Amino acid sequence: MAFISTSDFKNGLKVLLDNEPAVILENEFVKPGKGQAFNRVKFRFLKTGRVLERTLKSGDTLESADVADMDMQFLYYDGEVWHFMQPESFEQYTADANAVADARKWLKEQDVCIVTLYNGAPITVTPPNSVVLTITETDPGVRGDTSGGGGKPATLETGAVVRVPLFVQTGEVIKVDTRTGEYISRVK
Amino acid sequence: MSSSKSGADWQPACGYKALRARAEVLAQIRRFFVVRGVMEVETPLLCQAAGTDPNLHPFTSKFLQAGQTEGSVLYLQTSPEFAMKRLLASGSGSIYQICKAFRNEECGHHHNPEFTLLEWYRIGFGIDELMDEIEALLAALFHGKRNLPPAKRVSYRQLFKELAGTDPLRASLREFAECAKRHHLAEASAICGEDRNTWLDLLFSHIIQPQLEQGRAYFVYDYPACLPSLARKKPGDESVVERVELFLDGLELGNGYHELADATEQENRFDADLTVRRRAGLPLPPKDRRLLDALAYGLPDCSGVAIGLDRLLMLMTGSDDITQVLAFPVSKC
Repeated sequence: MAFISTSDFKNGLKVLLDNEPAVILENEFVKPGKGQAFNRVKFRFLKTGRVLERTLKSGDTLESADVADMDMQFLYYDGEVWHFMQPESFEQYTADANAVADARKWLKEQDVCIVTLYNGAPITVTPPNSVVLTITETDPGVRGDTSGGGGKPATLETGAVVRVPLFVQTGEVIKVDTRTGEYISRVK
Repeated sequence: MSSSKSGADWQPACGYKALRARAEVLAQIRRFFVVRGVMEVETPLLCQAAGTDPNLHPFTSKFLQAGQTEGSVLYLQTSPEFAMKRLLASGSGSIYQICKAFRNEECGHHHNPEFTLLEWYRIGFGIDELMDEIEALLAALFHGKRNLPPAKRVSYRQLFKELAGTDPLRASLREFAECAKRHHLAEASAICGEDRNTWLDLLFSHIIQPQLEQGRAYFVYDYPACLPSLARKKPGDESVVERVELFLDGLELGNGYHELADATEQENRFDADLTVRRRAGLPLPPKDRRLLDALAYGLPDCSGVAIGLDRLLMLMTGSDDITQVLAFPVSKC
């Protein structure tokens, strides 16, 4: 295992903090003129997303975490776990509900996601920034209203519910921003 | 051929506003001291002896006579203090200096390994008069730029009790650990262990400094005797030394002392530092014999302070990173 000193900390570096993989978000050098040097480091735990600040003595080390982001195609959900495939190697991985978390409502078969592997196993799944999905159910809009003001809820094929303009109807295909959960446009 | 990716790496890191502010500050400082009859001096950046402070890591270089290959080690100074005290002992009277100081292993938002210090010594001044003069200089420099309310003068112990809820002089390490926990610093025990000085440094920098009122200068005086640096013991109170630190917007700007003039006590502090260095496996720089001889000859009663000019410029220009006030920080030097 490689150990990394505070002097080599960089934003984006993946390390083990309290035995959990975490990414370094910020690293601030703190030193009284005539005193001990510290590093005040902001981490985000990769599994939970929790952000925490922790101080280390300058020169102390943390173990590097074997973490890699990979593009993978979502294959299918078998009712228990989600199956992904690495398109070049055809290697398949399964992710559980903890790893898929909120991404589940955007996952459509064949779409390419970012799967974060820790020690070779998926710990988080990041959907594409935008996805194209079919509306399975929405109330018929008020005829003649094309302004789009107000909007209404629409259920998508993956189960996600987003607000759409009143003129958008069941069966239509729309593009959604997965980071905000907002409707972007209709897709023809 | 250019080695930089963008081709613009040769450009200064800071804008002309910061360069002009620096030029103006340098001119104002010189005016300030001329009026007060304090003489500007220069002392060497390259020195045969370095400070022994275990928390300072000097750059070393090698001095060669023409054709020589072995040579001798010269240190880049971490502060001009020893040389200026030799001038004071020789009868210079009150002096000031604006110079570069160099500290290895110090780089961050508030640190550049090469930085500019303003350091001055006033014969016959105690800590109170020194604080008065520092405040007068700040008022002159900030005049017309930023309205500084009167500085708050508070003892280290009082401030610690107010903002951290613990007594820096009396509390046990267990009480420090509880204080750290209350302030969401559970990792403190693992970092500080049994080292009282590290505890004080951690609690002060992490709990107290962030709570200092923005926009107000603080003079924190009467430092614990275990953090003496080069300050005199306070007469009649063995628990503290006559040391003062200046903070503005929560940032440490300066460090001053009623200067230790006792050669034996100075050598004891060198030896104590070297013991800490030996235990930590750090390099053992030679004790500055010339400083000890100068103190033995006689240092006039005086107080002195060093102020980080780059940080002062940060606060004058509203910068949150030291690179915003340096033409060429270490990443571009």
